[in-house]
Amino acid sequence: MIVANKNKIKEMASNLTDSKAGRSLWKDARIRFMRNKAATVSLFVLIAIVIFSFIGPYFAVWSNEQIDWNAMGSAAKVGMPSIQSGHFFGTDDLGRDIYSRVIQGTQISLMVGVLGATVAVIVGTLYGAISGYLGGRVDQIMMRIVDILMSIPYMFVLILLLVVFGRSIGMLFIGIGLLSWLDMSRIVRGQTLNLKNKEFIEAAKVTGVSDFKIITRHIVPNLLGIVAVYATLLVPGIILAESFISFLGLGVQEPATSWGALISEGAGTINYDTEWQLLFPLAFFVVSLFCFYFIGDGLRDALDPKER
Amino acid sequence: MNYLPKSLAAGFVLAMFASTTAFAATHPVTGETLAEDQTFTYSMIDEITSADPQIVEDVEGSAFVRDLFEGLMNQDADGNLIPGVATGYTTNNAKNVYTFTLRKNAKWSDGNPVTAHDFVYAWRRLADPATASPYSWFAEIMALENVGAVMSGDASPDALGVTALDNHTLEVRLTASLPYFAAMTTHASTYPSPKWRVRTFGDDWTKPGNIVGNGAYVLTEHIPMERAVRERNPLYWNNNATIIDKVVTLIINDENVDFTRYLANELDKGGVPTGQFKRLKEDYPDQATSFPRLCTYYYTFNLSPSGQEALQDVRVRQALSYAVDRSVITDKILQGGQIDAFTFTPGATAGFEVPPVAFGQMSQDERNAEAKALMSAAGYGSDNPLNLEVMYNTSDAHKKIAIAIQQMWKETLGVKATLANQEWKTFLKTRGSQNFDVARGGWCGDYNEASTFLDLMTTPSGYNDGKFSNAEVDQLMLDARTMSDATANYTRVEEIMANEMPLIPIYHYTGMFMLKPNLKGWPYNNVEQNWYSRDLYKVAK
Amino acid sequence: MFNYIIKRIGVAIPTLLILIAVSFYLMHAAPGGPFTSERPFPPQVLANIEAKYGLDQPVWNQLLNYLWGILTEFDFGPSYKYHDRDVNEIIGQGFPITLKYGFWSFIVAVGIGISLGAIAAIRKNTWIDYLAVGVSIGAQVLPNFVMAPLLIIVFTLWLGWLPGGGWNGGSWEYLIMPVIALSTSYMASIARITRSSMLEVLNTNYIRTARSKGLPTKTIFFRHVLKPSLLPVISYLGPAFVGLITGSVLIDIYFSTGGMGYYFVNSAFNRDYSVMMGITILVGGLTILFSLIVDLLYAWVDPKIRY
Repeated sequence: MIVANKNKIKEMASNLTDSKAGRSLWKDARIRFMRNKAATVSLFVLIAIVIFSFIGPYFAVWSNEQIDWNAMGSAAKVGMPSIQSGHFFGTDDLGRDIYSRVIQGTQISLMVGVLGATVAVIVGTLYGAISGYLGGRVDQIMMRIVDILMSIPYMFVLILLLVVFGRSIGMLFIGIGLLSWLDMSRIVRGQTLNLKNKEFIEAAKVTGVSDFKIITRHIVPNLLGIVAVYATLLVPGIILAESFISFLGLGVQEPATSWGALISEGAGTINYDTEWQLLFPLAFFVVSLFCFYFIGDGLRDALDPKER
Repeated sequence: MNYLPKSLAAGFVLAMFASTTAFAATHPVTGETLAEDQTFTYSMIDEITSADPQIVEDVEGSAFVRDLFEGLMNQDADGNLIPGVATGYTTNNAKNVYTFTLRKNAKWSDGNPVTAHDFVYAWRRLADPATASPYSWFAEIMALENVGAVMSGDASPDALGVTALDNHTLEVRLTASLPYFAAMTTHASTYPSPKWRVRTFGDDWTKPGNIVGNGAYVLTEHIPMERAVRERNPLYWNNNATIIDKVVTLIINDENVDFTRYLANELDKGGVPTGQFKRLKEDYPDQATSFPRLCTYYYTFNLSPSGQEALQDVRVRQALSYAVDRSVITDKILQGGQIDAFTFTPGATAGFEVPPVAFGQMSQDERNAEAKALMSAAGYGSDNPLNLEVMYNTSDAHKKIAIAIQQMWKETLGVKATLANQEWKTFLKTRGSQNFDVARGGWCGDYNEASTFLDLMTTPSGYNDGKFSNAEVDQLMLDARTMSDATANYTRVEEIMANEMPLIPIYHYTGMFMLKPNLKGWPYNNVEQNWYSRDLYKVAK
Repeated sequence: MFNYIIKRIGVAIPTLLILIAVSFYLMHAAPGGPFTSERPFPPQVLANIEAKYGLDQPVWNQLLNYLWGILTEFDFGPSYKYHDRDVNEIIGQGFPITLKYGFWSFIVAVGIGISLGAIAAIRKNTWIDYLAVGVSIGAQVLPNFVMAPLLIIVFTLWLGWLPGGGWNGGSWEYLIMPVIALSTSYMASIARITRSSMLEVLNTNYIRTARSKGLPTKTIFFRHVLKPSLLPVISYLGPAFVGLITGSVLIDIYFSTGGMGYYFVNSAFNRDYSVMMGITILVGGLTILFSLIVDLLYAWVDPKIRY
């Protein structure tokens, strides 16, 4: 029975070709990620913390450097968290408001942590993938360079950076960036050694794909799982390394602060009835780290093409 | 003896037994009941630099050495001079020749007698460049004859102005008149060393088993970075008066862990964590102690040509000094009973009376008002803020004080101060090359007399990092060297300093520690805190 | 394989030399020296002291003397801060201590970490997964400088079960707290890497084949899953073990163990050149050694990897 009506024909034709929009692998990954409850919740919590760090100052009564002369030295008695005094999270031993300081520290620590981890991921992954894939002498040299960099006394490098370039946030990133990518490159290289023997790489080689394309389009995407997990493992180390570097005089200087600095100040006073000095920054730190870890696991699960 | 009746013999034995227990139980002077266990355990924050008297350079190391060796003179609980190896001394009118008489019964722990030759050997060793002692500068302060030439290697150590007239007489010749010379022989660097051990073992001579000392204790165990044990030396000439049998030193690097372990009764003496003294004094009044120390904390201005223009103006310097509320720093931050400083020399220094300098007499409000006036007269204020960089060496306490002062300057004077911290050696280099605006400093006296502080203010002083130079001060300090009573000069120097304000004196140090209540004999009144384990004892609880 | 090992050892020597040279120059470039102090020596005295230690010579000269001393007498130099001891003694005393608690921390971290990671992978997305990962994360996330004093407060002050520090030749009561503090720093990383890697292996075709063959789960796990999963874990553990040794500063500080980590950091601040160099060489040697071991383990774990 032939349909005579032209419009009907058009309708039938469009029905035939009207297929659902194709799904890319990345979209698959995103859907899988969203299905992972822990990871999604963590993402929202992290975003909430970031928003808090921007909005928080509007509710603050004290700035992050202002000293409450009354609370100075009597933190155990007068510096407790309270709404009336305006010290929502209490004060530190100098009488400075922990609420404002935690907020300001959040901005710095998150920025340092995320940026530091990103740099480590990019540099470390490329370095490790190239070294592992090319193998042979290139691999040897590249890995021995990593060995040397790992063994150099880091303290002197920091001291010299301070002396030669002076103090600045930029120096902080250089100080952190110098070391953070080394472990990542090792892990990536290991995975690459395993991957490069797989059949699909062999196939790519045989069909004439260039080394560079193989590394960027076949090896690296298959590493992303382990990279995601390890990148989030780097974040706490970077945040704490920042506090050590700033303590040495290289990075963030008073009155600016960071979680690491606040935690180490608070840790010293746990025996002296001022637990809030430790608990608030530590809570932020711990919660953020849990979030990062779950997100990392979520990313790994999402990016694994074999996942259903 | 066989015919002695059994009962009598038994009674005899019982009587002996009773008398020995009674003997061990009470302190010979105070009559208090002594504890069974006379072991004194205390902590140090880092390993000592050396147990060699001529090489040791840290305060804790000196305490270590004071137990293992003994010098010519000792200090009693109030810091007064008492005989040590020397029973006494005489000096000439010019106070530049001293003759010490040594006791005949002093022995080294291996049985050899202590002679004047041991002191000659030790002092020559101190000055000898081949020893490379970091404390050799002390020999220079002692003003021994030819010390400069010996230290630079131009003369052999034999030329040093110290001679053993015989085994028990030591003669010392000085190039300056030093009325307080005898007090300097309480310093660990002047203690004798056993030449035969040093020659045999070289750098290893201070290890347990090799080391031989003439002090009340012998080193029996030394595990670096962990613990050291010294035990009673029965050959010490005054061993009968020693009550503590064993001294254990634990290295604990963290002050909070130190306090935790003190509370857990692992230590008899522990430190006080920063800023906790007031609270601990309330909670443990019979254990927390603080005492004045011979040290001053200050901020020095860079007065050299490389310094900021603004700092050349005396009004700016005075304003900055007046605006510092010292009572906040001592009462609220440090809380250790520290003393607000308006002069450089602390009042605890022997023979020094703190002159009532003008700005020390005002109230803080008056000082703040005066500071504002001075600052605007100099042309700075909120419209034209002064920018300064305050440099300090990495430390929690220095950071807190710097933050407080930064805020004080901001609130009172509108000064914009940035804080810069550097680790110790870098800091020393930067400060030493006049590469700063304002730098933190702390100075401790080497001996108990004001010149140890005020000499820093003279132009030729090697420790004058701010490069303050004032001809009158130079002349006054030069004259003071030969005066028998230089108080007038010292007062005048402090007054000049209050007018010129080359540095901001902030506070005079106090020392603090926790001491278990059953540990007695501590020399609380000795401002130099030269303590000896042999003076301590534990009473039964 | 044997040839490969020989080749690697051969490469190790120039690597070490480069490390030594670079570190040596770095150290001498930093301002101040071992004798920079608040009470500086009179210039002539300072000159004498520096001459005694050879510090007045040009840096390359000092470097050559230093290397010569090591090669001919195995003498790594004196300590400038702790005058009674030389570097050989310091490292000889400190290294075994660090090695002992490092080793036990390693065993505990690896044992618990891999177990937790494996359990989490097998029971993926169940509450067991979250619990296992959560526990290990919770332990790791507490920074060492918070955990160590807390451990002392709990176990020494409140409970009185353990001594608050010291080493006493390494008897077990002194080992417990350092091992707890140090192993927890690594447990979560090991657990998560194990979990991630094992999940990838569990999804492979050959595991699916094994399951469809009807092999019991235990056999599949221990014979087919475990080994290949270990690859990234091994990559991580190699440098982690060396890190245990250098990163143990906090353990040494809080527990007064007398280990090497403390010297590692402090010698930089004291400009104690010889001690710093000695430790750097030790760390470098260990890093190179463990790189080699890791590479050999790769070949064992993945038969396709060949050098």
